[in-house]
Amino acid sequence: MQLKIEENGAVRVIYVKEERLDAHNSDELKAELNRLFDSGTKDLLIDLKEVRFIDSSGLGVLVSGFKNASARQGSLKLSALQSQVKSMFELTRLHRVFDIFPTVDDALESY
Amino acid sequence: MKNTIDIEIVVPNQTRYLSMIGKIGENVVRELDRFKGDREALAHHLNVVLTEAMVNAIKHANAADPSKEILIRISVSDREICIKVYDSGQGFDLTSVPDPSFEADQLGEKGRGIFIIRSLMDSVEYKKADGGNVLEMKKSLG
Repeated sequence: MQLKIEENGAVRVIYVKEERLDAHNSDELKAELNRLFDSGTKDLLIDLKEVRFIDSSGLGVLVSGFKNASARQGSLKLSALQSQVKSMFELTRLHRVFDIFPTVDDALESY
Repeated sequence: MKNTIDIEIVVPNQTRYLSMIGKIGENVVRELDRFKGDREALAHHLNVVLTEAMVNAIKHANAADPSKEILIRISVSDREICIKVYDSGQGFDLTSVPDPSFEADQLGEKGRGIFIIRSLMDSVEYKKADGGNVLEMKKSLG
C-alpha cells in the first residue's frame, strides 16, 4: 500500500495514495497506525483525497485508529473524502463519529 | 429481443481479486439501457456489495484458505439485478450481525459488511448450496 507520512508539529499526516481502501490493503494501514501509536504519536490526520472506494474493512481500520487515539487522549481526524467514500460514512453513521475536513490545511487549523 | 446479462466468474479465495470483481459490477450497471435512476450511485453500490460479499466468503466461510475458490453469478434483467456469491466452507450466521447504526455498536470494528449489503440491496438471503453456501442479493430496477 502506498502511504506518504508527513510531520506537522505533533500531528502526523498520513496520505493514503490508493484508489481503494478495502479488505485487501487496510491491514497495512492498520499496521502503520499501530506503529505510529507505539512510537508515541497521539494526533493523526488521514487524508483520503485519492481514495475513491472504501469498504467495511477500511472503515473498521479507521474506527480502530480512532479508538486507539482516543484512548491515548489524542485524535484521529480525516480530510478530503470523495463523494462515494462520504456516502459510506453516512450509510454507517460514522460521519457523526469522525471530525471530517475538506482539506489537510483545514484539518491542521483545528488542532 | 432477450435483454438479460448473465455473468459467471470463478476466482481464487483471495482479497487481491476484490477490485476486479467490483469493477465488473460497475461495468454491468453502465450497460443498463433502460435504468432511469442514479447510474453512478448504483454502479458504486454494486462495487460495494460485491466487495463485501466476497470478503465474507473469503474470511468467514472459506476460512481464508487461498486454495479454495469463490463462484460469483451476476444476472441482470430489465427488472432486477441478482448477485450470488458461493462459498465452499462452514458459512457464517447472517442473523448474528449487530446493527452498527445503533449507538452501542457504532464503534465496533466488525459486522459492518452485512449491514451495508442489507442497506444497499432489496433482499438478502444466505442458504446452503452445492456443498457450501450462497449469499443471494437482489436489487429491483423498477
